[in-house]
Amino acid sequence: MREDYEVIIGLEVHAELATHTKIYCNCTTEFGSDPNTHCCPICTGMPGTLPVLNEKVVEYAVKAGLATNCEIARFSKQDRKNYFYPDLPKAYQISQYDLPLCKDGHMDVTVEGKQGNYKKRIGITRIHIEEDAAKLIHDAYTGDTLVDMNRCAVPLIEIVSEPDMRSAEEAVAYMQTLKSILEYLEVSDCKMQEGSLRCDVNLSVRKKGETKFGTRTETKNLNSFRAIYNLIEFEANRQIEELEKGGVIYQETRRFDDVKGIGYAMRSKEDANDYRYFPEPDLAPIVLSEEYIADIQNHLPEMPHIKKERYVQMYELPEYDAEQLTNSKKIANFFEETITHWNNPKAIANWIMGDIFRKLNEAEIEIDACPIKPKDMAKLVELLDKGVISSKIAKQVFEEMFESGKSPEKIVEEKGLVQISDESAIKEIVTKVVENNPQSVVDYKAGKDRALGFLVGQVMKETKGKANPKMVNEMLLEILNQS
Amino acid sequence: MELYRFTLTEIAKKIKNKEVTIHEVLDSVFSRIEEVEPQIAAYITLMRKEAYERADYLQKKLDQGEDIGVLGGVPIAIKDNICTSGVKTTCASRMLENFVPVYDATVIKNLEEAGAIFIGKTNMDEFAMGSSTESSYMKKTKNPWDLEKVPGGSSGGSAAAIASDMAFAALGSDTGGSIRQPASYCSVVGLKPTYGLVSRFGLIAFASSLDQIGPFAKTVEDTALMLNVIAGHDKKDTTSAPIEKKDYTKALQNTVKGLTIGIPTEFVKEGIHEDVKQAYDQAIETFKDLGATIKEIQLDYIKYSLATYYIIATAEASSNLGRYDGIRYGHRASDFKDIDDLYCKSRSEGFGAEVKRRIMLGTYVLSAGYYDAYYKRAQQVRTLIIENFKKAFETCDVILMPTAPKTAFRFGEKTENPLEMYLEDIYTVPVNIAGLPAISIPGGFDHEGMPIGIQLIGNAFGEETLLQIAYTFEQNTNYHERKPNKI
Repeated sequence: MREDYEVIIGLEVHAELATHTKIYCNCTTEFGSDPNTHCCPICTGMPGTLPVLNEKVVEYAVKAGLATNCEIARFSKQDRKNYFYPDLPKAYQISQYDLPLCKDGHMDVTVEGKQGNYKKRIGITRIHIEEDAAKLIHDAYTGDTLVDMNRCAVPLIEIVSEPDMRSAEEAVAYMQTLKSILEYLEVSDCKMQEGSLRCDVNLSVRKKGETKFGTRTETKNLNSFRAIYNLIEFEANRQIEELEKGGVIYQETRRFDDVKGIGYAMRSKEDANDYRYFPEPDLAPIVLSEEYIADIQNHLPEMPHIKKERYVQMYELPEYDAEQLTNSKKIANFFEETITHWNNPKAIANWIMGDIFRKLNEAEIEIDACPIKPKDMAKLVELLDKGVISSKIAKQVFEEMFESGKSPEKIVEEKGLVQISDESAIKEIVTKVVENNPQSVVDYKAGKDRALGFLVGQVMKETKGKANPKMVNEMLLEILNQS
Repeated sequence: MELYRFTLTEIAKKIKNKEVTIHEVLDSVFSRIEEVEPQIAAYITLMRKEAYERADYLQKKLDQGEDIGVLGGVPIAIKDNICTSGVKTTCASRMLENFVPVYDATVIKNLEEAGAIFIGKTNMDEFAMGSSTESSYMKKTKNPWDLEKVPGGSSGGSAAAIASDMAFAALGSDTGGSIRQPASYCSVVGLKPTYGLVSRFGLIAFASSLDQIGPFAKTVEDTALMLNVIAGHDKKDTTSAPIEKKDYTKALQNTVKGLTIGIPTEFVKEGIHEDVKQAYDQAIETFKDLGATIKEIQLDYIKYSLATYYIIATAEASSNLGRYDGIRYGHRASDFKDIDDLYCKSRSEGFGAEVKRRIMLGTYVLSAGYYDAYYKRAQQVRTLIIENFKKAFETCDVILMPTAPKTAFRFGEKTENPLEMYLEDIYTVPVNIAGLPAISIPGGFDHEGMPIGIQLIGNAFGEETLLQIAYTFEQNTNYHERKPNKI
């Protein structure tokens, strides 16, 4: 991107709420079932049906609002957004227009900038509740479009940011922080692949020093951090090039093909819908008491940035480690459970950030699907710390644990991997090795330190790596210095 | 006397006492239907088979000594915008000509639990939009008092069915007068309950903030009995009021002593037919004679009711009727080139002129740039009207008004001029705007012998006072006893 331009980004994030039932009926929100098996006359908008608001939806939205420092409305209402589309059975979406549940919040995010990390506060304009639409499936074979109502009326929150972000890095940092907060609150699965967390990017550019915003475009439905990053780079450059050519930017809705890396216009603002919002007459206003809000506030879980500070303070972990472990609640949970079984936070942190992350990445799974359970992870570190196995053996056991899900004790026992720490047993081998390698002894005595390493290696070879390396070292030195 | 002539209360008692069988009652009603329905055309769908099956079931229960409910075995008609599982519910529209709901409205469940037998679905103005039942796509319902005239609307089928003894009671819906005005035109009792007293779940919406289901019956007592069954909080309708069930028949005392009746003299001055005015004045005299206190009241904003109504009702309707898009159910055009064409053709073919007019009006008043001038303004005026009534009820127990400014008109007389048709609702619409209860009871006849209704408006959830005053009027007059002699 050109240095003389500034990019202005605001995000509208839709998060599907993790309620068991839909927003206005009792149908399950379960994902991945056969089409049209989770619907009823209410969520399919049959004539005469009426919505009844799921109270959990309000609770979850208030949680999200409080965790992002929003003001919670004591009085809010729901509105109808009217438009025709086959995925919208009532021809209106129940949403919130001028009185959202939450407004005027912010989040502090850590941005991994090109010149190093920095902190930034991003404003949150509002958070409101609404219902999701059905899913349209285009049958390429017959050319038909089919409707699956299972997702219809699954509750959503829409989180609208201020246009406070100035780079793709900032936008991604905002998204990551938001995802982690929603996960911590357990109000959304935040599975971007499944679309339970998706984002629209509003973007404009202007010459640095300019105070007026340029015309913005809105790119819909991005569902990975990478796509957000790539879209922002693409769209900012596109707009700059257009302006440099003397062209104009049209206010339009766009899509982005992340595979091809290109965006294209969907519809222009001129033929945009007039949604004819008006208050939903079938639903009473949402009136929240001080006690209700205070109760939710008092039961909010520890937020990632607080947890991170605690890790630094309590476990003396480096800031970087604490950040890595607290980004995801699932990882933090794994870490915290592991250290209840064996109190060596630093070592455990290293295992998680190193070997576990590597294996999870390779297997493309999340930590809650990790075959190694916290208790076994703790045991492995314990065996290592107690000198029962060597670190080299530990790596070997770890691999085996990940493959088989077996406990480390079992693997160590089955494969006879217990470290030899028996002094007489080690002494016997050490003595043998010294006897068999007279030249090395001569070399050592002549001041060649490398000879010691060779002898240690020979002992480890004899014991298949099981000898306690510290004891081997000590004993060798003892013998060599004696003779 | 033929069984169909009895009141609901009487026939329920006869069934319970085994003076008659349910089968006999059904036979009587269906033979009456065979006799007069060809002239009246009150029903869209008759449920003869279902009714007899249910009669057998209920009679068996009764014969085994079981309680079959307060409406046990009584034939009831249902307006065709109230969903009945497995039975066509058309809203008298081509759009829903073959629509069969998969669930029952809450009121249907309530009536069923009380032992009612549904005998048919009644004609109405398409989607309840109209004051004469002429906008029905299905048929033209005639006024039993004069077959050249309309029965009123939109619940014209239900009113005509009761007036011609083709059912003992019926359900209607009232958004701006759709129960009271046809009740007035046909000389039956029609009650529009307080908004929120009766569940709307299963009532196909016209204007959600105004719609309310209510009963038609031959007497005030029957009306109270019907209300007992259908009133009550429903978890499926969050706009239904969380109040306890009441026995409204307890309110039926023959006295108005100590009660104050408000008369909005200013409002009932212009545009009213002379005969209607005379009947109204007579009603005031009757109440005076019965010992009620008559008090003049001021309702300054009520004159804006009609304008307010046609903004709010059409706005809500334009949104409520969006779902009829030809995608999932209802009419779909047979030939279209793309999705917009499918919508456009299906809706153009499926809806009649009045429905289209209101959808367009409603769409307009909600449009960007017009919302503040129309919809928002109307909501503000609505608040003023509500306050107006609230203040009036500080000084009186009920308000007395004519139900409609004129008596039933001839077919086609007002179809060319919708505004004139809308003016028929001038006395009924304010009640819906304010969410209040109101009842229309027979209150006289014009010089041609056409019925005139008088309307009592109560305070919110003041149905008991309303019924007491209506009952007293009925007990001391004989308008309700007169039957149409043309059929």
